[in-house]
Amino acid sequence: MRELPDGLVAVVKRECPTCALIAPLLERLAGECGAAVASEDDESGLELSFHAGVEIVPTLLRVAGGREVGRVFGWNRDEWRAFTGLADLGADLPANRPGCGSRTLEPGMPAKLAVRYGAAKFASRLRDVPPGADEAEWCFEQGWTDGLPVVPPTEERVYAMLQGTRRRADEVLGAIPPNFAECTVEKAAINAVLAGCKPEYLPVVLTAIEAALLPQFGLHGILATTNAVGPVVMVNGPIARAIGMNARGNALGQGNRANASIGRALQLVVRNVGGGRPGEIDRAVFGNPGKYTFCFAEDESDPRWESYAAERGFPPRASTVTLFPGDGVTPVIDHVSRRPEDLVKSYAGCLRALYNPGQVNDVAAFLVVAGEHANVFYEAGWSKARLKEALTERLWVPLDEVVEGRSGKLQMSAEELGQPRAPKFRTGSLNIVRAGGAAGKYSALISGLGSRGINPVTKEIRE
Amino acid sequence: MSQALRLLDPTAETATETRPRRERPKTLEGATIGLLDINKPRGNEFLDRLEELLAARGLRVERFRKPRFSAVAPTELKQEIAGRCAAVIEALAD
Repeated sequence: MRELPDGLVAVVKRECPTCALIAPLLERLAGECGAAVASEDDESGLELSFHAGVEIVPTLLRVAGGREVGRVFGWNRDEWRAFTGLADLGADLPANRPGCGSRTLEPGMPAKLAVRYGAAKFASRLRDVPPGADEAEWCFEQGWTDGLPVVPPTEERVYAMLQGTRRRADEVLGAIPPNFAECTVEKAAINAVLAGCKPEYLPVVLTAIEAALLPQFGLHGILATTNAVGPVVMVNGPIARAIGMNARGNALGQGNRANASIGRALQLVVRNVGGGRPGEIDRAVFGNPGKYTFCFAEDESDPRWESYAAERGFPPRASTVTLFPGDGVTPVIDHVSRRPEDLVKSYAGCLRALYNPGQVNDVAAFLVVAGEHANVFYEAGWSKARLKEALTERLWVPLDEVVEGRSGKLQMSAEELGQPRAPKFRTGSLNIVRAGGAAGKYSALISGLGSRGINPVTKEIRE
Repeated sequence: MSQALRLLDPTAETATETRPRRERPKTLEGATIGLLDINKPRGNEFLDRLEELLAARGLRVERFRKPRFSAVAPTELKQEIAGRCAAVIEALAD
């Protein structure tokens, strides 16, 4: 940063009426006190204003030994008189006039100036897009994209992204498989830019990355598997509402920027930092469209069912990210049932079929209950736990229908031995959450992997 | 005049290094062969049969098992296999 000149320095801009009002005073201050005037309309004045952190013009700074020792801003006669020691200053001016916003704070300017004046420092290398090349095409050619265009990660955009967190840019979030390359907050921010995130989404992205790296999530296996799964991201708590995530109509679909770009950022980190790419270490036979992005918020607007985060012991004020290895969405359509017992039958039939009606290992589900179905349970006084119990009771699979059971190869626990049947979700891998539109008697199943070793993970968001 | 666009690299900025494979043993005579079960169901059946076949040729066999098939083998396990075996056969089943 350049040193500020000692003495009084006034920072002004041309289009500010208060600056125009006090212009004659600045001439007097220059003459009597040697005050300098820095106009934000000039490059050097803009740079000085940026480094001094001026928010309002006019601002009068007092500098000693290159450091600011005091400032007044706007026009207030008494303040300026006290600050300059000139007791008759501005006698013919009104007593008080507010100033205007500094040009350094105009939209887009903080990031632009931080880069221009060297305040933005990055550890990542800079790549020059060849002159004349189309930057979107060039990003494709570098292998940085998931097949859809990305937002080019300029220094300005990454700097602005990093303003979304209080965490240091060089903080290491962990090692991303399969290459186990370190992912810093800065690398995450670059990929969040690519994905189309706004800076306020960054804390969610960072926590999603950390959650994905928890050993019980098993990111390496999830990206290498022949299975269709990818990380499904669910956000709970105040941040979901603050950043405008969608928990209602089309919650699992397209159209909401936060939902879309947060899930995508996580996948781009896996691709770009970890090196996990389809056809290479990603051996999915099918994959699923959610591997572009799969992220939604739980609908917490009705307190009659506790949220997933509350079930996991997080307080209502906490914001959390939950990750589970999931794939497709299976809608459950039941426009007719008006009793919980009947809805349970509909749900159980659909849940039983997930992956294979005879599969009881390595299968998990999130049952997402939408508004009208939820009302059936609310009105009958059914808690989420009661619904889960009722489903569990209907989800026994006779051993001769279990895939491994048919060949006598089902590995059974001591409690299971001798039983003629096995639970569909043997490791408790069935969860129930709320999301979706208010109108329409639907629910949805998100199928996925679940076992003793693979479970959903939930992590609280740090800003 | 437009300035060249500069972008920050989103990758780990690592380069792939290709190393030659470890030389294969010239002979298996007197060698110990490791059999690594990655912990997928029924991998043991396949390895049991391999063990029979190897033993019939007079080879010594040591069995190893990964704690979890979906995670890479722990370094200690890899070191143990490398220290005790001339070759390893990793089996995937389902």
